[in-house]
Amino acid sequence: MKKSIANWGNYPVMESDEKLFSFDDQLQEIIRTSGHFIPRGNGRCYGDASLSTETINTLKYDKILSFDTVNGIFECQSGLVLDQVLEVIVPKGWFLPVTPGTKFITVGGAVGSDVHGKNHHVDGCFSNHVIEMDVVLANGQTTTCSPQQHTDLFEATCGGMGLTGLITRIKFRLKKIETSFIRQRQIKAANLEELIRLFEEYQHYTYSMAWIDCLKKGKDFGRSILIVGEHATVNELKEQHRNDPLALPRKKSISFPFNLPSWVLNTWSVKAFNFLYYAKNFKKEINNLVPYEPFFYPLDAILHWNRGYGKKGFVQYQFVLPLHAKEGLIDILNRISDKGLGSFLAVLKVFGKQESLISFPFEGFTLALDFPVRKDLFAFLDELDQVVLRYGGRLYMSKDARMRPEILEAGYPRLEEFKAIVKKYNPDAKIRSVQSDRLLLTK
Amino acid sequence: MPTVLILGASSDMAVAIAKKFASKGYAIQLAARQVHRLQPLQSDLTIRYQQSCDLYEFDALAFNTHAAFFDSLPIKPDIAICVFGYLGENETARANWQESEKIIHTNYTGAVSILNVISNYFAARKQGAIVGISSVAGERGRQSNYIYGSAKAGFTAYLSGLRNRLFREGVHVVSVQPGFVYTRMTENLALPALLTAKPEAVGETVYKAVVRKQNVVYVKWFWRWIMLIIKSIPEFMFKKLKL
Ligand SMILES: Cc1cc2nc3c(=O)[nH]c(=O)nc-3n(C[C@H](O)[C@H](O)[C@H](O)COP(=O)(O)OP(=O)(O)OC[C@H]3O[C@@H](n4cnc5c(N)ncnc54)[C@H](O)[C@@H]3O)c2cc1C
Repeated sequence: MKKSIANWGNYPVMESDEKLFSFDDQLQEIIRTSGHFIPRGNGRCYGDASLSTETINTLKYDKILSFDTVNGIFECQSGLVLDQVLEVIVPKGWFLPVTPGTKFITVGGAVGSDVHGKNHHVDGCFSNHVIEMDVVLANGQTTTCSPQQHTDLFEATCGGMGLTGLITRIKFRLKKIETSFIRQRQIKAANLEELIRLFEEYQHYTYSMAWIDCLKKGKDFGRSILIVGEHATVNELKEQHRNDPLALPRKKSISFPFNLPSWVLNTWSVKAFNFLYYAKNFKKEINNLVPYEPFFYPLDAILHWNRGYGKKGFVQYQFVLPLHAKEGLIDILNRISDKGLGSFLAVLKVFGKQESLISFPFEGFTLALDFPVRKDLFAFLDELDQVVLRYGGRLYMSKDARMRPEILEAGYPRLEEFKAIVKKYNPDAKIRSVQSDRLLLTK
Repeated sequence: MPTVLILGASSDMAVAIAKKFASKGYAIQLAARQVHRLQPLQSDLTIRYQQSCDLYEFDALAFNTHAAFFDSLPIKPDIAICVFGYLGENETARANWQESEKIIHTNYTGAVSILNVISNYFAARKQGAIVGISSVAGERGRQSNYIYGSAKAGFTAYLSGLRNRLFREGVHVVSVQPGFVYTRMTENLALPALLTAKPEAVGETVYKAVVRKQNVVYVKWFWRWIMLIIKSIPEFMFKKLKL
């Protein structure tokens, strides 16, 4: 049955025949009888990567297959959502090796986008921790791949945006923790220069990221808060938490019940939001212990916050620039603040070294911003693309809903190799998305 | 440890019910026709809730195997939940006896066959609970699904009679009228969001009904009132409606 679907940015929206499955034989039947399809997890990518007129949704294929609590090895079906993984592993003293800024993505989606977290400079992408996985190819055949086996399929599936096949089973390594708390440090930076210096100074921290107020001009340009953290040890906990150091955080969340009109997010409210966020940190530095949820998933506390951008939706723009291209960052932030199109979520992170075929990260700075959809937005983003390219950067496909194919090609030096592997395993482009067609990956 | 037997364990509602009971400390027995399909659910329940979970082959339509099936269970359950059902296609079934028969046998005959066996056992033991997942479709026949509806009507009447009989034996019977639920069975229907429950809500409802010894439960409370209204429409008017 056709229904209207969209990913997290609510842009674009499209009619799609979305099929669910619980068992392998049902998946086989769906693939056999569909003209074409794209795998879809929890739709937390922002744009059109998991959109098509036919989608196969994994959310009902979500069973835990094994959990080695001694060695920290977890195996599950691809539709399992990270939030569920955490509920099982945290009480046993384990954590996700890499997690994005929301816990509402599937494990399949974590591999499909090869997600990164605040610890990229230490632990790399999600795929660095995958031991092996099963992929159902366009012809229905199931192939097991790993860094040792069918390596071409493995490499092209990690960050391959679902184009090589539908991942069904994933086995990955976890990270050992003593407590479910994070020892957090928040440091205020008056401007971009200072922030970049702080990133260097605190690079030994496992987790780090910064919020930037990207509308500030003049001497406050780039004022920001750097947030770094480590998993706390039992000794660091307050007395009252020590007898249950691995307790799961209590569930509480509120939800945006409907789409707000987009004027709510005009420049003024953005400024107000930034001010509030900033004022919270009245001291230069705050050190505290927090449960892992507010540290890793501050936005998850407001379910459906994406509706705050109104009916027309928004796009998220995330790029990475090499470490030496600091001026590029300044250039882009300047253009954004001049334009006043801004976003209350500007997140800056540093990526470590990464060798991969098609995954997004490479060593450098990555900035992510939200832009409500407006008429003049797309021309502006095209302009930003050129700046990103000029400074040797590239964009994240998982956030993308509008980039032109030339931009992808210029940013990803191994794109041809990736396309060749996609062609090998998906020869008739039976697996394709609106994005892959737009980016000429399946055309 | 108390044990729950779930008959027809591969449906979305069954998964939700199994999770709910496992999370409350019940050992789980899953029974379905294609046992291999249940292996992932078995590992999932075992890992998530650290409860034992066993798989059994069971075919609702193989009536003559039902007694042997129940006999072979190494541990007899404290609660038996009959979840299997088959919606089918009314239009096909009108012209095709095989489809009609499958609808009737899955939703009614098969359920009667296995629950006869289980209820006799529970009655003799003087304890236990039986839950039947019936349907609001059984409360009044409508042109769009009267074959399914009539089979469920039969099942609902059976459950009510069973409850009446077993009351004196200390065995409780719950009839569940789910209303619309988002499951694979209804994947191709356009369901009104307000009236449609998630499978997890069915799990909650069933668990509560067993604990509180409720008799007839609806998953979303207003379905009781909707059905009351539907049932009160005089037949001379009802027959003219397009439902
Ligand atoms: C609030 C928020 C914060 C975020 N923070 C980060 C972050 O810090 N770092 C980061 O990297 N990302 C981040 N993201 C993006 C998100 O992590 C990715 O887009 C992720 O891939 C979404 O997974 P999903 O399960 O929702 O899958 P979808 O969004 O449905 O799909 C994403 C892609 O994966 C493919 N895919 C999904 N399942 C499978 C499968 N079983 N087999 C093959 N391919 C599959 C799809 O085809 C699609 O190309 C964030 C998103 C949100 C909403």
